[in-house]
Amino acid sequence: MKKFILSAAFMSLSILMLAGCGDSSNKKSTAKTSEPELSAWEKENGFGPVKEKVVLGAIDKKMAAKGEKIFESKCASCHKLDERYVGPAQRNVLERVTPEFFMNMVLNPDENIDKHPHAKQMLAVYLQRMTNQNVNLQDARELLEYFRVLDEGLKAKK
Amino acid sequence: MNKKYLKNTLYAVLLLAAFTVVHYSCQDSKNLTTGDEAAKVYVPPGTYDDFYLFTSGGFSGQVGVYGLPSGRLFRVIPVFSQDPEKAWGYSEESKPMLMTTHGFIPWDDAHHPELSQTDGVADGRWLFINGNNTPRIARMDLSTFTTAEIIEIPNSAGNHGSPFLTENTEYVVASTRFSVPIPNKDVPIKSYKENFKGTISFVKVAKDGAMDIAFQILVPGFDYDLSHSGKGPSHDWAFFTSYNTEQANTLLEVNASQHDKDFIAAINWKKAEEYAAKGKAKTVSADYFINRYDEKKHMGVSNKKTSVKVLLPEECPGMIYYLPTPKSPHGVDVNPTGEYIVAGGKLSSTITAHSFEKMLKAIENKEFEKTIDGIPVIKYESVVAGEVQNPGLGPLHTEFDDKGYAYTSNFISSEIVKWKVGTWEVVDRIPTYYSIGHLCIPGGDTKKPWGKYVVALNKITKDRYLPTGPELTQSAQLIDISGDKMKLLLDFPTIGEPHYAQAIPADIIMKNSKKIYKIEENQHPYGIKAEKDARVVRNGNEVHVYMSTIRTHFAPDNIEGIKVGDVVYFHVTNLEQDWDIPHGFAVKGAPNSELLILPGATETLKWEPKAEGIYPFYCTDFCSALHQEMQGYLRVSPKGSNVKLSFGTGK
Ligand code: HEC
Ligand SMILES: [Cu+2]
Repeated sequence: MKKFILSAAFMSLSILMLAGCGDSSNKKSTAKTSEPELSAWEKENGFGPVKEKVVLGAIDKKMAAKGEKIFESKCASCHKLDERYVGPAQRNVLERVTPEFFMNMVLNPDENIDKHPHAKQMLAVYLQRMTNQNVNLQDARELLEYFRVLDEGLKAKK
Repeated sequence: MNKKYLKNTLYAVLLLAAFTVVHYSCQDSKNLTTGDEAAKVYVPPGTYDDFYLFTSGGFSGQVGVYGLPSGRLFRVIPVFSQDPEKAWGYSEESKPMLMTTHGFIPWDDAHHPELSQTDGVADGRWLFINGNNTPRIARMDLSTFTTAEIIEIPNSAGNHGSPFLTENTEYVVASTRFSVPIPNKDVPIKSYKENFKGTISFVKVAKDGAMDIAFQILVPGFDYDLSHSGKGPSHDWAFFTSYNTEQANTLLEVNASQHDKDFIAAINWKKAEEYAAKGKAKTVSADYFINRYDEKKHMGVSNKKTSVKVLLPEECPGMIYYLPTPKSPHGVDVNPTGEYIVAGGKLSSTITAHSFEKMLKAIENKEFEKTIDGIPVIKYESVVAGEVQNPGLGPLHTEFDDKGYAYTSNFISSEIVKWKVGTWEVVDRIPTYYSIGHLCIPGGDTKKPWGKYVVALNKITKDRYLPTGPELTQSAQLIDISGDKMKLLLDFPTIGEPHYAQAIPADIIMKNSKKIYKIEENQHPYGIKAEKDARVVRNGNEVHVYMSTIRTHFAPDNIEGIKVGDVVYFHVTNLEQDWDIPHGFAVKGAPNSELLILPGATETLKWEPKAEGIYPFYCTDFCSALHQEMQGYLRVSPKGSNVKLSFGTGK
């Protein structure tokens, strides 16, 4: 019995993983009809380990500097700040998505691409899946801090 | 005993062998199935096998990784042979792994995979395997399924009795199948008896797996064949079969089959360790290589050593004994309790089991029949515990289950025979197709067998599969041993020669399996951690390309200013951090393989352009919807041209 549960777990896991690799564009069309309703939280903040609002406070420069480093190594090969590259330009990402969505997208791209309308829409435009870059919660928070700095810069200009 | 009699029996055996092969190839084993076999080997899509099976590739030099019970092939681990699919032996980083005192060697004959053990139980950390031809031992890391280290064994030839290991992986052993002059020198072959010697080496395995030779024992010039260490009460001992105690140097099939009994060498390695520590060993000069792969630097490093410690039996009493054993014993296997030492006398009509307890008593009472070069030969009657009568013809190897039974392969009569340890009675037998060599029960040579299956590793395939011309795949067979009767479940094809295999429950290994190499930990001297660091650097006629890959582009992907006569190194770092997303790299006309760069790793392709022109490069491993876009151009100009070095992506 235990074994059965285990293999069932494995099966569903692998189905999930398979779904994660599936061809994006077809899925979109079927998704429209059969998609389960998103909760209000999910609509705003996506799917992933961040399940409540992040307390932001004043900007932490040190944290932002760490975030910039991570961005250079793990993200910049696909995202430029001000122009389209493999993925969307990122300087103004926080105008598009909430801090929580940002973190969830980075931590858990596959599920968001499969289920979240914003990520799906992006995929249809960029035809390439946002990839899991093996960042942890701390890294994601530091990345967020970096983008808060960029966001402040944009606001100051306006 | 007269020679004529021996010759006659030999002919009889050979005739029988020929008959058996012919006979079996006409036999229809398809009728032997009863119907529920399919269910027993069926692993539904998306679910996992219960066991990993590691088979040696034999003359392919590699290791195959299969699942049991399905018999599906999951991976070929490149070990001693170059593998262009994975750039093993082609990339600059992996070339040092194949260095020996004979230079770079792209091949070997790999025979015995051995899983590392803790307290006599397979622990799934490493897999060791021997290289026969140019004596070496390799260690694979089972968190990455890659070769982590290869050590050369000096003063040896034909490293067959290897790399069997002691109960806590303290040592892996190596013994000479070919005795040779030590040190090697130019002597008449006829001077065999005077000049040729064997060695038995103990290779220390450090906590992190690193190997080095602790000491070698110089032994009489016989052929040392196979080995197994003791366990439990016999923990301190290791056993080695020998044949050709006649010391023949030609036509061994006749000349090495004269003696009624050859020997099992019993070595007290704890004693040997003590002798070596006490300074009893001679340090003799002997060159050998240790090649280690640094997982953080993503490269192999070769280290040449120049001496080994050698122990002489006559100077080390109590260290080594000979146990007389009938007729050219091949395998030597120790049962799970550590009490019985079982030998497959390949020309004998019985299987001999020696008793460890009796051996200790015999040593205490000095029940010796003679001494050879300082090695006491214990009287046969004083050490033998029992003989299995009529086990079949040509018994070779024995593995054990967890219910007190032993399973012995019979090459000549092509069958597995099951017998009871202690009573020595045969309880069951099953034919194999055809000519079985080794056999494998998961954990079957350890203290803790998982006795669900035995895998027959067959030498001859004949009519088992769709024919593929003169050369056929070699065949393994899965046999259910959970009941009283053995039951054939499945045939499955293998790579090279599945000489021996070991199996282990999947969960022991699965949980440690790595998904990526962390890019933050990449210490490759030419690796880069961000696309912005991608660049091309000229240093005289040496050009280093620091390149990055990610879905779906290379940086840089346009390079100009390379000239004929340059030596170009492409150091490609894969910046991906997602499981199962390698990128490939190939350049038109490069007389080399592709690179296959795993997430977070750096690999280097060396290329010397011979003619000017445009050279495309591209990713060879289908990686995304835009994989076909993952390409670049390289411009090669004539020697002395003034085209400036330039590079970029998206500019
Ligand atoms: C292999 C290329 C690649 C890498 C590396 C990558 N991304 Fe993306 N990213 C994309 C693509 C393509 C999209 C758009 C398509 C989609 O949503 O799947 C995207 C979408 C996103 C989005 C979604 C929302 C938006 O409006 O921009 C965020 C946020 C994001 N990436 C952040 C990051 C961060 C932070 C990193 C580094 C940890 C990163 N990405 C690494 C390719 C990449
Ligand atoms: Cu690719």
